Amino acid sequence: MLGEAFEDRRGEKRLFRWRAVFLAALVLLCLSLIVGRLVQLQVVRHDHFTTLSDDNRIKVQPMAPTRGLIYDRDGVLLADNVPSYSLTIAPEKVEDLDATIAALGELVPISEQDRERFERLLAQRRRFEGVPIRLALNQRERARFAVQSHRFPGVEIAAELSRFYPEGEHTAHVVGYVGRINEQELERIDRSDYAGSSHIGKVGVEKAHEDILHGHVGYEQAVVNARGRVLQRREQKAPVSGQDLHLFLDMDLQRDAAAALGGRRGAVVAIEPGSGGVLALVSAPSYDPNPFVGGIGFQAYAALRDDIDKPLYNRAVRGQYPPGSTIKPFVALAGLATGATHIHDGKYCPGYYQLPGHSHRYRCWRKRGHGTLAMKDAVIQSCDVYFYRLAHDMGIERLDDLLAEFGFGSPTGADIAGELGGLLPSPEWKRRARNQPWFPGETLIVGIGQGAFLATPLQLAAATAAMANGGTFIQPRLVAATRAILGAPLQPTEAQRHQIPDQDPTHWQAVLDAMTDVVHGSRGTARRIRNEAYRIAGKTGTAQVFSIGQNETYNEAEVAERMRDHALFISFAPIEEPRIAVAVIVENGGHGGSTAAPIARAVMDSWLLDRRVEPPEPPEDESVP
Amino acid sequence: MLSPAERLRVDVSASNRENGLATRLHVDLPLLLLLLLICGFGLIVLYSATGESMAQVQRQAVRLAVATVLMLGIAQLPPATLRQWSVPLFLFGIALLVMVLTIGEQSKGAQRWLDLGIVRFQPSEILKLALPMMLAWYLSLRSLPPRLLDVLIASLLIALPVLLIAKQPDLGTSLLVASAGLSTLFLAGLRWRLIIGLIALAASVAPLLWSLMRDYQRQRVLTFLDPGSDPLGAGYHIIQSQIAIGSGGLYGKGWLAGTQSHLEFLPERSTDFIFAVLGEELGLSGVVILMLLYLAVILRGLVIAAAASDAYSRLLAGSVTMVFFVYLFVNMGMVTGLLPVVGVPLPLISYGGTSLVTLMMGFGILMSVQTCRKTLQRE
Repeated sequence: MLGEAFEDRRGEKRLFRWRAVFLAALVLLCLSLIVGRLVQLQVVRHDHFTTLSDDNRIKVQPMAPTRGLIYDRDGVLLADNVPSYSLTIAPEKVEDLDATIAALGELVPISEQDRERFERLLAQRRRFEGVPIRLALNQRERARFAVQSHRFPGVEIAAELSRFYPEGEHTAHVVGYVGRINEQELERIDRSDYAGSSHIGKVGVEKAHEDILHGHVGYEQAVVNARGRVLQRREQKAPVSGQDLHLFLDMDLQRDAAAALGGRRGAVVAIEPGSGGVLALVSAPSYDPNPFVGGIGFQAYAALRDDIDKPLYNRAVRGQYPPGSTIKPFVALAGLATGATHIHDGKYCPGYYQLPGHSHRYRCWRKRGHGTLAMKDAVIQSCDVYFYRLAHDMGIERLDDLLAEFGFGSPTGADIAGELGGLLPSPEWKRRARNQPWFPGETLIVGIGQGAFLATPLQLAAATAAMANGGTFIQPRLVAATRAILGAPLQPTEAQRHQIPDQDPTHWQAVLDAMTDVVHGSRGTARRIRNEAYRIAGKTGTAQVFSIGQNETYNEAEVAERMRDHALFISFAPIEEPRIAVAVIVENGGHGGSTAAPIARAVMDSWLLDRRVEPPEPPEDESVP
Repeated sequence: MLSPAERLRVDVSASNRENGLATRLHVDLPLLLLLLLICGFGLIVLYSATGESMAQVQRQAVRLAVATVLMLGIAQLPPATLRQWSVPLFLFGIALLVMVLTIGEQSKGAQRWLDLGIVRFQPSEILKLALPMMLAWYLSLRSLPPRLLDVLIASLLIALPVLLIAKQPDLGTSLLVASAGLSTLFLAGLRWRLIIGLIALAASVAPLLWSLMRDYQRQRVLTFLDPGSDPLGAGYHIIQSQIAIGSGGLYGKGWLAGTQSHLEFLPERSTDFIFAVLGEELGLSGVVILMLLYLAVILRGLVIAAAASDAYSRLLAGSVTMVFFVYLFVNMGMVTGLLPVVGVPLPLISYGGTSLVTLMMGFGILMSVQTCRKTLQRE
């Protein structure tokens, strides 16, 4: 009995020990499994996980490049980067946001929009990032907050560079402005290069030269924790600042040109014939571009957009007007170049012109006619019948070919965004646009710059400059030179030029003589601007206004004013060695000679008499003794 | 040639001879030494895992001290006394579990805590010791290996607390309690064909268990199967801990230099996922050292159990040792991505006092079994 119980206990003990050994083996097996797993993680896939670990903690943070500055030809700053101060709140450090904002509101005005923007950004940003509650603090507001800042832990004044246009409305249509990058632009740009940038050129030179103004993004490696807070900054690739632009534009001339327009709607484009450089480019009325940088308010924008004078509309490069009689010197040159006429060939003007076999009379502006006149007088007196005949003799193809050489019918390609190309009517165009055949009468209308024919002031100025150059067309350009970094040499831009195919200098001289007599001749249509100091070649023009805007409020006096013809004038001076070519258009200005020509004269006076005696020399040129 | 079991016996007697004074103080010196090494190692890792917070390390050190005192206190109780307490303690524990489900405190979607005014504690912890004690008591009264009826009754004794705890729900603890019960049954000599039958049964019950699981528990299982499916949600823990361990390599990034842990990518780095901190900072070598220490503790526990003179002590000691093993295996398996994420701390190292106290009391039982053997034999 006792022995059996003892045996049983021994048996139990032996059984237990075997089970314990089995468990020990199981434990070893399980722990080996873990070790095997560890070897897999820590030895076999170590590199993989090291990469993942680095990806975790090292975030690449973009550093926005500093945008290039824009200067006029004398170094007057047209687009600057200025510090802009905003009041930011780091929500993490603030216990009661509402109370804090209320208390801040007593120091600096905080509007309802400010609150809305704050709430919106609050949801997007991380808790420790500063969220702006007020933008564009002025000096007084900064000072008021600064002395009270101890009361507001977590509230800081943040500074960033913001674009500023010191010349305001004077350069809005040339330099343009930058604004926040929008959805469509995001599609177009290289997103990585703009990773740190919030703004992009929207119009004008700012847009045309976005690629060189913007520069290239830099990166820094930042060690961040799981919540994204930057703990340490590491190796960085510095951003490459955008290049500075030096324009041909002369700020004094620009202001004088705007003043010469005297509040009328219109545009003035002045080009230096030798370089194609744009000396002045005015579209009036204008607007202050600065509010657009930070984001213009809806009401302010609506006011500009709905203004009947359309201040946002860049008439100089987007305004397409019938060139009217200003086209006549170019048609005359085309006639000579194609051999359709000769300098002294006379044509008879009875006051109208009839196409052979047609009864319709194409009238001259002078009902009783000019009698017989040759090219020079036809230009001076702007005889329509002469040019009807000439156009008819040339035919539309030959006429268009030569006008296209002067840049009509397509954008000049100047480095300013949004330029339109006007319209040079042709049979091909008419078939395409209206699905109609070309009528011979339309050739006549092209010959006097009316009908569907449209040109921008910039095109007119460029064509006039080509005339001043005696046949060398130079693509107009805004930027004279770029500078990569401060102190680096200026890098001049290249002019694109081509020769207008008429190698006979007598032809050019004949047209030049005619244009000179437009101003200086006793019967010239612009003789009122004649002067002793220098000689001007010019041509007046009048463009018929066909329609007014559909939605404009009806106001009899106003409409009557807006029904009047546009006044045009093209000119260059001095004729011996042209240094400026000017195209002026005054909307509803009536006659070119009386309204537009004096404006051109004022611009040329400003350039030739008031300031520039010598043409400017590029800074890096060594002066020869 | 000695059998493994005999070899264990030789080791025990050798150590007993050497530690006469320790035995009289009811301290098992090898076990105490191992535990102190692990705890010291743990505090060093914890200092890094808490972001060099001396305050937290001190708090944990105090807990360790208290738990050690409790362990030494338990060690003074002879196994006979423990045996007398087995049934009342088990019933008390079950009663508390029922209370938790009715009046317990809710926290993070689970009802685990009981607030007794002075202390807030989880009654489920009691069962980690009370269940093996109860089973050891019951089975030691029967002749072993247990007959089928005994196995059925024992299974009911296991199922009751396990289901109560699973209902809270606390998957980790119910797993540990179940493993305590099952290892007791196994050590009692559960027949192999029954074991195989039970495994087959478990496999067939698994779908039922799935239907009982809460959404977050199911999510954990699904996420375990494919952590990439939810990299910022439930899979985040597993992915980040694997990155931490994997980037540690053979020798680690250095103490206090773990980027995953110090930059807060690793969640619960001072508690359930502290093993990943160790793996990241000290590498495979550091981890293997800790595992060897753990293995030594387990082997020591099994040796003590094997050397025990009565069935109750054997079963209890063996079971307590196996609970310790399941703790560390489940935790390591979870952190390395071998097992699903269940909230089981790394024993003796994770920050927190609850499991620490239970574990150390378990080691107190081991010491009691080891040092009271002769006393019991004499009676």
